[in-house]
Amino acid sequence: MNSIMPLLSQSARLPLRFSCRIRHFHIQQKKLAVELTRIRYPNLKRGPYANVCDADISNFEKLLPGHGRVITDVNELDGFNTDWLKTCRGSSQVVLRPKTTEEVSALLCYCNDRRLAVVPQGGNTGLVGGSVPVFDEVIISTQLMNNIISLDEVSGILVCQAGCILANLDSYLKDHKFTMPLDLGAKGSCHIGGNLATNAGGVRLLRYGSLHGTILGLEVVQASGVVVDCLSSLRKDNTGYDLKQLFIGSEGTLGIITKAAILCPQKPNAVNVAFLGCDSFNRVLDVFQKSKHMLGEILSAFEFMDAASMDVIQKNLKMHNPIADFPFYILIETSGSNGNHDEEKLNKFLETMLSTQLVNDGTVATDMSKIEAVWSVRERMAEGLMHDGYCYKYDVSLPLLKFYSLVEDMRRHLGSRVTRVVGYGHVGDGNLHLNITTPAYSHEIMDLIEPYIYDWVARHHGSISAEHGLGFKKKQFIYHSKTKSAVKLMQAIKKLMDPNGILNPYKTIPDAS
Amino acid sequence: MSALRVLVGCKRVIDYAVRVRVKPDKTGVFTDGVKHSMNPFDEIAMEEAIRMKEKKLASEIIVVSCGPIQCQETLRTALAMGGDRAIHVQVDGKEYEGLQPFHVSKILAKIAQEEKVDLLILGKQAIDDDCNQTGQMTAAILDWPQATFASKVEIDNGSLKVLREIDGGLENIKVKLPAVVTTDLRLNEPRYATLPNIMKAKKKPLTTKKPSDYAVDISPRQEVLSVEDPPVREAGQKVESVEQLVQKLRDAGLIVS
Ligand SMILES: Cc1cc2nc3c(=O)[nH]c(=O)nc-3n(C[C@H](O)[C@H](O)[C@H](O)COP(=O)(O)OP(=O)(O)OC[C@H]3O[C@@H](n4cnc5c(N)ncnc54)[C@H](O)[C@@H]3O)c2cc1C
Repeated sequence: MNSIMPLLSQSARLPLRFSCRIRHFHIQQKKLAVELTRIRYPNLKRGPYANVCDADISNFEKLLPGHGRVITDVNELDGFNTDWLKTCRGSSQVVLRPKTTEEVSALLCYCNDRRLAVVPQGGNTGLVGGSVPVFDEVIISTQLMNNIISLDEVSGILVCQAGCILANLDSYLKDHKFTMPLDLGAKGSCHIGGNLATNAGGVRLLRYGSLHGTILGLEVVQASGVVVDCLSSLRKDNTGYDLKQLFIGSEGTLGIITKAAILCPQKPNAVNVAFLGCDSFNRVLDVFQKSKHMLGEILSAFEFMDAASMDVIQKNLKMHNPIADFPFYILIETSGSNGNHDEEKLNKFLETMLSTQLVNDGTVATDMSKIEAVWSVRERMAEGLMHDGYCYKYDVSLPLLKFYSLVEDMRRHLGSRVTRVVGYGHVGDGNLHLNITTPAYSHEIMDLIEPYIYDWVARHHGSISAEHGLGFKKKQFIYHSKTKSAVKLMQAIKKLMDPNGILNPYKTIPDAS
Repeated sequence: MSALRVLVGCKRVIDYAVRVRVKPDKTGVFTDGVKHSMNPFDEIAMEEAIRMKEKKLASEIIVVSCGPIQCQETLRTALAMGGDRAIHVQVDGKEYEGLQPFHVSKILAKIAQEEKVDLLILGKQAIDDDCNQTGQMTAAILDWPQATFASKVEIDNGSLKVLREIDGGLENIKVKLPAVVTTDLRLNEPRYATLPNIMKAKKKPLTTKKPSDYAVDISPRQEVLSVEDPPVREAGQKVESVEQLVQKLRDAGLIVS
């Protein structure tokens, strides 16, 4: 008898070779000594906060009874102190893991009274150093706040706690014929609270819009411990200022998000993915224009990557390019309610692209396994880049006509001093991910890149952070994209909501001086 | 020896990534509105045939699928990968529910004879019924040699050298052509069909047949009594310490005290 494959069981449907194609993402916890942030940036000054002492730890243990809720073990702390990109490392002595809003409230009330600085943390997949301490801030993790509270099957409104993992929410919804309005490569690890705090964009923004539109309500705990209940699940509610919007994208500096009400779209019945090769970036833009015209309402994603990005996928991750080699690649996803209708539209579109030679080659995936495999070529980019050593990560919005010139210009500017300069991203939203890698971090290279890149973006009327936020790494460049008066108002809001400045200090906006 | 004529079986199955649900009356699983695709092992069979053709070892690739009208989509996929022409043996509704490897083998054997093929490549099993029977039965009906669970195939002067995946490891065998080969997971990595080939595939010949055209009686030989979900795994228990764990194992009689 042959027994290579288990028979009949559900798991037999996932043969070995196919399981590696699953695009859910898990954080790799490689043991590397990342330089402490306070050492890498010697000019930083610790704020006037108290130090955590033994009495604090025992008080925390009283507020969070039970096993594994107050973590002080040095080895365990390491993962919480280090960011996903391995570029920032704090030296916090304690991680707190509340389960309820009341517990978050009690912890913040305590920390505020004691003037202990706090960093809220979700899945710790943030890319701007916002989710880890800069010095010794107390980490409040939402890991144990992972309950789904309700799903209204008529309206599609989901209410859940902030620590629910995005992929888990999506698979729960899929069983009820709904889907999450956002999707990104970090879905297997990131928390919905983290997504909200960073106003994450991702690959479905093109179709479902930003979280500012799909979030109906939030529950937030302020720095003082006061719970602000804006957990409305109404589509329309014009009573006073729309406070929840303030917290979306506030990167943990205004309050800790504890619950969210999310308007979820219907799960599409039919999904198709096309992966195409193009000769020039201008062709990519032509294809984008044509796809909006010919695919219209079924277009759900339009992503691009350049040849240098494909090189990362092939060399660093040993994955295959699904098609022949081209200077540019496009990933188009369609989602709709009627498979035949969508396929007909997509086929017509692809025939036109081929006959007008806007596209030179490509493939179409309709099987779920193939769709996942093609998506992983795009979604595993961030992971692939990490294999080079150090990754200088930029996420900018630019007018489409100037979009790729930035990549070419950076290549000229940096020359052979770096391992590579790659461009990929959500071209459908005018959002470029520009990444530069070197074997190890170098001050010299950093000085060549910044502020050069931010000046370039400002000159072309772009934004220096399209979707990742400012966090620790980019806050001093806020003026490249926002006026003085706007930043001043932000500082006033911060002062009002967190007078002692305990929430995520050193991040997002410059201190008022 | 001249280039081979190859016949490849392409079954349409529920996509492997779909969570399969049993019907409440336990007569089978839900298939309506559920995503289907080509059986992954048949994709591997297709890829192997195409590689032979690219090396000029095969002259023509004929693809076959038995089942409802939607099988034609699966066949178009096979044609887009590189098949030359397709035969759809249409079997619908209740009849398809009763269609078993025995019937399919008889149909495949007939087609193999009519088309004068030298090599039949099938998947080692379909991931829906997991029968692992069709290749073996077809070989028996044709009275051809069989090389099952192939992870490497080489054509060698009128014979095939096949590396087989077996319980204890690997086995090397040599079979004379004509023969039946069934594919295992590691034989190759199937390609993506290219856009130009997807377009061309729409114009490649596809003939529709009925089992009666091959004089095959498809009345069921087996009756499905009941289809059940696999048993649900019981929830685990968390313990606070090693001592507690040891105590639990002891209480359950799993370790001696
Ligand atoms: C592989 C990969 C792909 C990615 N793709 C995209 C993408 O396509 N689009 C995109 O926009 N981003 C992307 N990101 C970055 C993105 O910002 C994060 O993945 C995600 O939104 C952050 O969620 P998290 O739970 O990991 O938050 P964390 O990293 O833990 O935290 C991020 C920020 O939010 C704050 N925060 C976390 N939870 C809360 C809370 N409950 N209340 C208040 N503040 C909180 C933290 O203090 C921090 O400032 C990607 C990241 C990776 C690693």
